[in-house]
Amino acid sequence: MADRIVITEAMRSRIGCDFPAWIYEVTTTSVRAFARGVGCTDPVYYDEAAARAAGYRGLPAPPTYLGTPIFIPDQSSDISSRPLAAEPSIEHGLAAQLDGGTDTEYYAQICAGDTLSAVSRITDLELRQSKSLGQMLVMTSETTFTRLDTGACVAMQRRRWIFY
Amino acid sequence: MAVTWDSFAVGDTLPERVKTPGIAELVKFAAGSGDFNPLHYDYGSMQAKKLGSIIVHGRYKYASLGQLVCEWLGHSGRISRISCEYRGMDLPDRPLICRGHVVRKWEQDGAKLAELALWIENADGAITTPGSAIVAFD
Repeated sequence: MADRIVITEAMRSRIGCDFPAWIYEVTTTSVRAFARGVGCTDPVYYDEAAARAAGYRGLPAPPTYLGTPIFIPDQSSDISSRPLAAEPSIEHGLAAQLDGGTDTEYYAQICAGDTLSAVSRITDLELRQSKSLGQMLVMTSETTFTRLDTGACVAMQRRRWIFY
Repeated sequence: MAVTWDSFAVGDTLPERVKTPGIAELVKFAAGSGDFNPLHYDYGSMQAKKLGSIIVHGRYKYASLGQLVCEWLGHSGRISRISCEYRGMDLPDRPLICRGHVVRKWEQDGAKLAELALWIENADGAITTPGSAIVAFD
């Protein structure tokens, strides 16, 4: 538990800066695997004929699924599967981390066959006090997802990270 | 049975969806999401020992709230925004009761929109995962 966390100028200077882009793939296999992992029963996530009958271009991405980040062993986390350099991060020196929440805004339908470029930035850093955890550093990030083929921004996801 | 724009009103409750993920389900979610944190599948891991148990992935709960909305909405509407906070931990093999209701219904710039309050409560009635969504009808 941290006695006193300080948000340094170096940490603040990261706010608003883009992290490197990373590719997230939405494929028939990955959509089915995510839907299966959640326990979705709707055939549209599995059967292409059902998806087209429901009006989709292909298997629709299940809610909250924004593709699977490309995994490359020395560039991706073996625990989270997320890209090491592209995930928003700051040097806070705190040992523990919690996921505070996720907020996804959609601008277009995402379907199997879409390849997305994801770019993240940190939008806020603040200190908060928790009864159970003591002082916490709360980081908010934004990731925009853009289709490689059309250049259209299809979604934005905000995340709240809690370090303590 | 999916709703249509004319078939629901503010105050309506979404049909609840109860999920009771055990280790097998959490392993499948780890495979589908890429989150292989042993906190979610290995009782012997350092993380699980610290907490006293493995716990359900936060993102599994977020996706389950999405599933709740889509089962109500059907495919003549889409989710415009969905969010949640991971306030409390949930343990495996316990019911996660996904619930929601309509808090607002309105038209704006030709779009037909509704706002939903969403949450997951555990068997004791404690809300572990509060959330919300905005849906748009064709």
